[in-house]
Amino acid sequence: MDFSQTYFELFGLPQAYVLDRARLDAAYRELQTTVHPDRFAAQPGAEQRVAMQWATQVNEAYQTLKHPVNRGVYLLRLQGIDALAADNTKMSPAFLVQQMEWRESIEDARADKSVTALDALSGDLRAAHRRIEAQLAELIDTAHDFAAASEAVRQLRFMDKLIAEVGDVYEELES
Amino acid sequence: MALLQIAEPGMSTAPHQHRLAVGIDLGTTNSLVSTVRSGLAVVLDDEAGHSLLPSVVRYHATGQVDVGYAAKSAQNSDPHNTIVSVKRFMGRGIADIKDIASLPYRFVDAPGMVQLRTAAGVKSPVEVSAEVLKALRQRAQAALDGELVGAVITVPAYFDDAQRQATKDAAQLAGLNVLRLLNEPTAAAIAYGLDNASEGVYAVYDLGGGTFDISILRLSKGVFEVLATNGDSALGGDDFDQRIFCWMLEQGRFEPLSAGDMRLLLTKARDAKEALTEHTEVRVTAVLSTGEMMDATLTQAAFNAMTAGLVNKTLAPTRKALRDAGLAADAVKGVVMVGGSTRMPCVRQAVADFFRQTPLTNLDPDKVVALGAAMQADVLAGNRAGDDWLLLDVIPLSLGLETMGGLTEKVIPRNTTIPTARAQEFTTFKDGQTAMSVHVLQGERELASDCRSLARFELRGIPPMVAGAARIRVTFQVDADGLLSVSAREQSSGVEASVQVKPSYGLGDEDITRMLKDAFTHAKDDMYARALNEQIVDAQGLIAATRAAMAEDGALLDAAESAAIEAGIGALERLLSSPDAGLDHHLTIKRGIEALNAASTEFAQRRMDRNVRRAMAGQKLETFG
Repeated sequence: MDFSQTYFELFGLPQAYVLDRARLDAAYRELQTTVHPDRFAAQPGAEQRVAMQWATQVNEAYQTLKHPVNRGVYLLRLQGIDALAADNTKMSPAFLVQQMEWRESIEDARADKSVTALDALSGDLRAAHRRIEAQLAELIDTAHDFAAASEAVRQLRFMDKLIAEVGDVYEELES
Repeated sequence: MALLQIAEPGMSTAPHQHRLAVGIDLGTTNSLVSTVRSGLAVVLDDEAGHSLLPSVVRYHATGQVDVGYAAKSAQNSDPHNTIVSVKRFMGRGIADIKDIASLPYRFVDAPGMVQLRTAAGVKSPVEVSAEVLKALRQRAQAALDGELVGAVITVPAYFDDAQRQATKDAAQLAGLNVLRLLNEPTAAAIAYGLDNASEGVYAVYDLGGGTFDISILRLSKGVFEVLATNGDSALGGDDFDQRIFCWMLEQGRFEPLSAGDMRLLLTKARDAKEALTEHTEVRVTAVLSTGEMMDATLTQAAFNAMTAGLVNKTLAPTRKALRDAGLAADAVKGVVMVGGSTRMPCVRQAVADFFRQTPLTNLDPDKVVALGAAMQADVLAGNRAGDDWLLLDVIPLSLGLETMGGLTEKVIPRNTTIPTARAQEFTTFKDGQTAMSVHVLQGERELASDCRSLARFELRGIPPMVAGAARIRVTFQVDADGLLSVSAREQSSGVEASVQVKPSYGLGDEDITRMLKDAFTHAKDDMYARALNEQIVDAQGLIAATRAAMAEDGALLDAAESAAIEAGIGALERLLSSPDAGLDHHLTIKRGIEALNAASTEFAQRRMDRNVRRAMAGQKLETFG
């Protein structure tokens, strides 16, 4: 297995934030169909072990490229930047304010036990998520502004957390 | 007599014999064993023609053990020694069992799993399950007339590591080689998907006797990809029985019940529940050992009302699974119903309302899991070329570590596709800290104390440094059975420690060895012969496969590399033909196998690289062409 190959090369995709999801999915299935240990059930231990390493690597690569935050972090790492490093925490004050407001809205929806409010909030958060993803694509693929891209990745991670919190409140209200 | 077998064209690549493999559905209430015969999955019946084996084990003071119907018929008369629904206790401590007060057993609070005191001594749930598995193994060997190479055993998708490990231990104790622990809904999806040539997103709703699973899968060109799974490993048909049982107590206002009467009423409750599948009301009568009587009518409406909460409890995990899959209910093309409890009309109605479609009930909900397991066993035993379908399953619960302040740090999130490996770096908290305790957790909660503790181990010998300077890399690895192993390594010094996660809950290797010894009373020679035979068969298989690979792809190797592999083959062949060199001959052969495997690893890697290049070249043509 060639570990110097990037995940993009592994799936035969261009190294970019904008991703053809259908192509990634198809390439993932094709690769797993080729390397998965179950394909080598009748084969000796060496083949099994190699298959296990490959299948693990292909899963990791797929999870990384599929997920918007992980893909951003990975692309920046290829540029030598650790977007999630503990000392890399710059965040625009406007975003922080917005994030606090969202958090309050989640608390309000929880207190009011309002599924309608949650639905609306969930829609807003997803729209914001898509907006940041588009920015990130622009910053990485076109502007090559990796410092700004790092911040966008961190914002996207905040959005994921908020969306997960909304999920928790749904669960609370449903039970 | 065994008939000669002729493979279908393209069915098998290697010119070897059909290897006997089975799928086992080890259920809370009933268990089944099935196999693939002439390309078709079939459930194997016992001599009396029963497919289902009640998962009931009765221990006699004489040491005799009854399993199945014989045991089930004694559950009222001998409740302490007749264990039903033991699956609910697998990998569980006494505190985990909610309804302990209404169970007629003599529980023993053991440091590992809860145990049960019977006339034949204290038994672990692993031993009880092993009796069920042993009965199924014997049934299969009688029906197939030969030794099994292995079994695929199904487990609820929502089983955690402790429950999976306990199941694997039970299989080992029953003398079964486990080809794979397979998630029940995934097994059902194989049976259903292959039967109906389905494509698209499907949900499998699996409500058994004691467990509930929901899995969302995408079926595409023979790939079964689990997108998300959720569930409740302590919710099932037994809980519906309990509700009727409570209703009976209200109706009858009985004196405190004896264990026998308790079991009698629970049995009556189950009968009433089953009758309500077909009828709108049922008359419930019972005469207790005290002479007290009950005679009352239970309507379907009353039953639905008293169990609505339970039905609702299945919908919360269903919503969660859909959310994790990033899908809305209307993206689901079909809902496959699995497990005997999905026969209840109230359950079917709730599922139909939730997904806004009629659920699929055309496969026998009791058999579909075992059939799917048999199909996968056929692949894993090497009876098929293996290019018919592929399963990509996930872990149901997040895996992580305890960090400072008793918090959980997730290392592998739930619904990650297996096999998987992930590493995370940690550092020391104090100046000069030379040891680090690693506490492995499973669950979604933020506090470590709210998650299940899987294992603890220590990394010692870290060179003294200032706090925060050490770099300790902890690697989690989950295999295709969903079982975890963890290792830790200090990066600068290379100090290492690792554990195969044997849950703090559960049995250690010594326990298994002791039980194996108990089981094989006239043992040592048998076990030795068995171990030797296994190694010889493995070695012969390895030699044949390596030769075949050399003949096919020898061009990938230079002369020296070919010679090294040939030497490994030669060495292993000499071991096989040498006279039995004593009781550890099987270990010598095992080392020979490992040596040949090591010698051919580079060759295996090159073959795989070549296969990947070929596959991806085809992929590009397809995409652009």
